[in-house]
Amino acid sequence: MKPLLAIEDLVVGHPGVVLLKDVSFTLKAGEVAAIVGVNGSGKSTLLRTVLGLYPPLAGSITIMDEDLAALSVKARSRSIGAVLTGRPRIGAIDVRTVVALGRHPWTGHMGRLSAVDHERVENAMTSTGTQDLANRTFDSLSDGEAQKVQLARAVAQDTPLLVLDEPTAHLDVVNRVVLVTLLREIARSLQRGVLLSTHDLTTAMDLCDRILVIHDRALWSGTPAEAITSGILSRAFAADGSHFDPNTSTLRGTTH
Amino acid sequence: MKSIRPYVVLGLLTFFLFILELVTGSTALSVREVWAALVDPSATDPGVAAVVREVRMPQAITALLAGMGLAVGGLFMQTIFRNPLAGPSVMGVSSGASLGVAVVMLAHPLWASLPIPPDAALMGAAMGGALAVLSLVMFADRRVGDGVTLLIVGLLISYLCSALVSVLQSTSSAQALQGFVFWGMGSFGGVSSDRLLWLAIPVATTMVVAVFSPKTLNALLLGDDHATTLGVDTRRSRRRLLWITGIVAGAVTACCGPIAFIGMVTPHLARGMLRTNDHAKLIPATVLCGGALALLCDLIARSGFMGGSLPLNAVTSLLGAPMVGWVLFSGKRWAGSA
Repeated sequence: MKPLLAIEDLVVGHPGVVLLKDVSFTLKAGEVAAIVGVNGSGKSTLLRTVLGLYPPLAGSITIMDEDLAALSVKARSRSIGAVLTGRPRIGAIDVRTVVALGRHPWTGHMGRLSAVDHERVENAMTSTGTQDLANRTFDSLSDGEAQKVQLARAVAQDTPLLVLDEPTAHLDVVNRVVLVTLLREIARSLQRGVLLSTHDLTTAMDLCDRILVIHDRALWSGTPAEAITSGILSRAFAADGSHFDPNTSTLRGTTH
Repeated sequence: MKSIRPYVVLGLLTFFLFILELVTGSTALSVREVWAALVDPSATDPGVAAVVREVRMPQAITALLAGMGLAVGGLFMQTIFRNPLAGPSVMGVSSGASLGVAVVMLAHPLWASLPIPPDAALMGAAMGGALAVLSLVMFADRRVGDGVTLLIVGLLISYLCSALVSVLQSTSSAQALQGFVFWGMGSFGGVSSDRLLWLAIPVATTMVVAVFSPKTLNALLLGDDHATTLGVDTRRSRRRLLWITGIVAGAVTACCGPIAFIGMVTPHLARGMLRTNDHAKLIPATVLCGGALALLCDLIARSGFMGGSLPLNAVTSLLGAPMVGWVLFSGKRWAGSA
């Protein structure tokens, strides 16, 4: 099967500052890939580069056989949906209207929703389990609920690729597992590709199809099982006072 | 289903205040007299016809247009800067427009030899001043990206503009100074019927832009990055909306003086009434609220209680300042940011 997203020899960072180089990986429809790495390793910058928010310093990003750099903002918004870090403070807007914002790339100047748009909004709420929240206002939601509603908005956008920057941050252990499981189901049932970043190594190893490990300014890519046998996680997460335990896929404290 | 009741109530309220503006004043008129003066002036007392057609009607229309324009400008600014305290009079936009007006009114000898009609010079200078300040604030917003700092930047710009106005005042003639001070107190009564178009065109343009803006404004609520992933060209959209805000704030300031608080308070009244921050619902309510609030302020200013007519800006501030307090302290905040 042809990849949804193909990244080749990408260099990301800011003008004059290279954060990551030799980034190459592919993502297929139905797959969930998790980027892991320590703070400041460039996870967000990589995701923002894939979203077209930052220009790549070198290399290419191809989405559905099209060069990202050649796509307009509008065309990109029909290919990639995104949920970024931080809860937007949008005030008193009901959840259904927030989810309907995902239809933006497909509506006209006035943003009027067609019957198809309404149907996609309802479907997105059903597949993310947010239909019970539909008439609540966004600012009344808990962090976990708000994250799911943001996901519903991105799902309603109807894009082949979903990019999520730390979707599990600020969530408790239960909600983290619930959310990533949900992402997996969405990827499988709707045949979307999901690319996310996370600090939650255990959940990523348990539930994601691919692990992308940032270590030493380069990106390692493989399955969770390969990540353990290759020893990349031990290297990437080695620090004074912490080490990666391959038996449990968790980080443990190192006592001297 | 979207409820239209709040809009009907607001529309009727605005209409009622508009009629009240026409019938009240130094000589009270009946609705019938006003109607007769409007439809058949030759058959009415020439004095009454003149008062209705040349004084009250232009003043009522000016108040309505100014209120609508300022309110929409305030809403645009609050959403764009993600700051519930943003508004033309708060972020130095009115001050910039005032500086432009001061240059025209006080430094008259400097440009008097140029072949520019005075009205056009006043309008152009006020819009130029408003847009210059908005560009500065937008530039600062990109650098600091924090609401409180941005408000302080607006405050600094206001001080700077006032200082420059003071410099101009100290060098101008007593007559020019008197005119400028009078203008600075604010009034909806200074626009004659033949000059109403100067105000009506910018306000009408703003309303047209406003009708097409809810989609973009709602996306901007999610933040610039999310809005971009939804296909919004955020830089262009912000620039377009701030341009129109500068134009309308400049036009209103040139015609009516630097009107305090209406632009900032009105969007909060609309949010409080509808309990939503959804711009598709908020914009029509903000337009109506702005017109109604400006008419109400003008009615109070002209009512003659306290012995005579009050300066308009005193009334908008006396009503506006407590409302800002309510926005800050009520906890019932329907706006998103800050």
